[in-house]
Amino acid sequence: MTSPPGSAPVVPKESGTTKTRRPLRRDGIWPWLFVAPLVGGVAVFYLWPIIQTAWFSLTEFGVFGGTTFTGLSNYQELFADPDLYKSIGNTLLYTVIVLLNIPIALVVASLLNTPGLRFAAVYRVLYFLPYVAMPTAVAMVWRLIFNGDFGLLNYVLGWFGIDGPYWISTPGAAVVAVSIVGLWSSVGFSVIVLGAALKQIPPELYEAAELDGASRWRRFRAITVPLVTPSIAFLSVVTVIAGFQLFDLLFAVLGNSYSNPTIYDSMSLVYMFYEAGFVTNEKGLAAAVAMVVLVLVALATLVQFRLQKKWVHVD
Amino acid sequence: MNNNLSRRGILTGALGLGVMITTAACGGGGSDAGAEAADYTEPAADITADLTFSLWDQTQVEALQQNIASFQEKYPNIKVTISVTPFAQYFTKLQTQASSDTLPDLFWMNGPNFQLYAGNGKIAPITGPIEAGVIDPGKYPEALTTLYSLDDVQYGVPKDMDTIGVWVNKAVFEKAKVDLPGEDWTWQEFQSTAEAISKALSKDGIYGGAGGMDGQTTYYNTIFESGGEVIADGKSGYASAQSQQGISFWSDLIASGGSPSYAQLLDTTADQWFVSGKLGMYWGGSWFRSALSGTDIEDSITVLPLPRGARQATVIHGVANLVAANSRNKQAAHTLQAYLSGAQAQQQLGEAGSVIPAYDGTQRTFAESMPDANLQVFLDAVDYAVPLPVSADTAAWNTLETQLLPDAFSGAKPVAEVTADLASQMDAVLAKG
Repeated sequence: MTSPPGSAPVVPKESGTTKTRRPLRRDGIWPWLFVAPLVGGVAVFYLWPIIQTAWFSLTEFGVFGGTTFTGLSNYQELFADPDLYKSIGNTLLYTVIVLLNIPIALVVASLLNTPGLRFAAVYRVLYFLPYVAMPTAVAMVWRLIFNGDFGLLNYVLGWFGIDGPYWISTPGAAVVAVSIVGLWSSVGFSVIVLGAALKQIPPELYEAAELDGASRWRRFRAITVPLVTPSIAFLSVVTVIAGFQLFDLLFAVLGNSYSNPTIYDSMSLVYMFYEAGFVTNEKGLAAAVAMVVLVLVALATLVQFRLQKKWVHVD
Repeated sequence: MNNNLSRRGILTGALGLGVMITTAACGGGGSDAGAEAADYTEPAADITADLTFSLWDQTQVEALQQNIASFQEKYPNIKVTISVTPFAQYFTKLQTQASSDTLPDLFWMNGPNFQLYAGNGKIAPITGPIEAGVIDPGKYPEALTTLYSLDDVQYGVPKDMDTIGVWVNKAVFEKAKVDLPGEDWTWQEFQSTAEAISKALSKDGIYGGAGGMDGQTTYYNTIFESGGEVIADGKSGYASAQSQQGISFWSDLIASGGSPSYAQLLDTTADQWFVSGKLGMYWGGSWFRSALSGTDIEDSITVLPLPRGARQATVIHGVANLVAANSRNKQAAHTLQAYLSGAQAQQQLGEAGSVIPAYDGTQRTFAESMPDANLQVFLDAVDYAVPLPVSADTAAWNTLETQLLPDAFSGAKPVAEVTADLASQMDAVLAKG
């Protein structure tokens, strides 16, 4: 994870001498005792489940437990299933659309940061509200907005002579509809993070630029954006990880498979996991899907960390 | 293998993945645990037990509390804690509980899921209570007692029952100036009536009939009425010409404009169209009665039997109270199970009006709970009712139905092509067992 904006790296750089790299055993058992609760928690709640999931993905898992080792057959079945590629595509589409929240939030945060803005706190609360609202409650409201016959969205589109589709029951439109909800509910968090980063920028920089005759746009581009890149990097990593875990919004907006078959055209990876694990009772296959998610998230995060060296501005 | 960690593993997708499921690493109970006949003797009145009871319908809790209160007059030391989980999550939760051998002592079960649990030894048979004479399966509709038996072992009897009928909003008929059909109507009459209403009231956005995605209330009935089968002898019945006719009934209805389009029905479900006064005829279960209380259309409701195809039919189903095979208070749980399905408790349930009790002779109270609506139709339907089609793992092929049939309903693909595809995919799933 990137370090939070403003904080200095904790690890001393280039400390190759033997003096600074003391042998661990000289410190005794105490450091280990201090980190034990955390390490224990990570081991029990993260590492062990990952190992177990990896094992389950190689087995046929009985409906109520009891595993039979089947080797890679779950993966063979999974990679032959067109649903996998469809759900990877949907997951990526969703993630890309939700990533748009960062530029939007940057603009909003800059506006909120305007000196002398009245009711700034009120706006901040308004933008943050969707983030704290329950995803299912949010989804219920958007379901009504998206309703093809009686929904607000198509009613408003009607003013402009546009005949809106049945958003949540049209394959293709449904993923976009869910992505819009995801985008809408994630802007608030980004506004808060970017707002905090903006507050860290010394006002003198802007004053100096203004004296030099830099326009408002120029100041935004040359000062604001480079100085908040660490926060943007943090947000993009977090957003991509959250995007890969898309489930609750999809489930609540589109309904489960018994009520809306559009879900099969719009399903995400985690939805595929749910469907395999709890609807069709193929838990071994579900574990294989989970492993695919794990690998994809790890890859995406690694690539982002690599790319960040090129564009993230660190003092 | 005795430490807690290996017995109840925690399976999680990925680091920080939001979905975490507790599930069993190794199966606890042997699968034959449920098959042996359990001895049962009626307990003494001072038996002490804490029972947990899981169900999915909040609207029935009040009636059940009354049931339990009168049960406790005899067994004051049996405490019952009810926990309600919405239907959409109920079976996900139950499956997790069954995997970790933490099922509630008593829980609701439906037909589609029953065999999965009974076949894996998760449910206690009621052989004991039947032999002791506290439960008499002869007192319930036969189609439903067989629903809760597997390999000649009885695991429960239904606590309630439901059949399907056509709920009619008379106000819509009056507005459209269309005559109300008689009780012995046919498919043809239904289609022409639906079309006539839709045509007459199109500018108000009101439709005559509505298709639906749900087999139990719509297409299973028409499949049975045309003489087809959904599943027979472990094979899909969708390939037959009769079953195709049963599906065509709905695609024809939608194509003729007698129903909202398929996309419209996904956005706003048929029952929502009906309750908001925008639908003349709704194919719905007897349980729909409680959804009508307090609505604007409550006073203009009547019920017709399903229109006749090649024969008359309706799907029948009922929920059962079952006892967990590994319940620590099996004797007390069976006692409550027997009480809940007995005459006194069933009478109370019927008076509450939300469901039809399953016990012979207690059903009339349901029909009387909405005197002008002719609810008797649902009781008469038992005579020609067909059990809800189920198999060892019903969910596996239910998923295929929801995945494939929409293309037939919406007219995107010919019905014959869809049903042939469904039949072969369903057979593949059934062959896997």
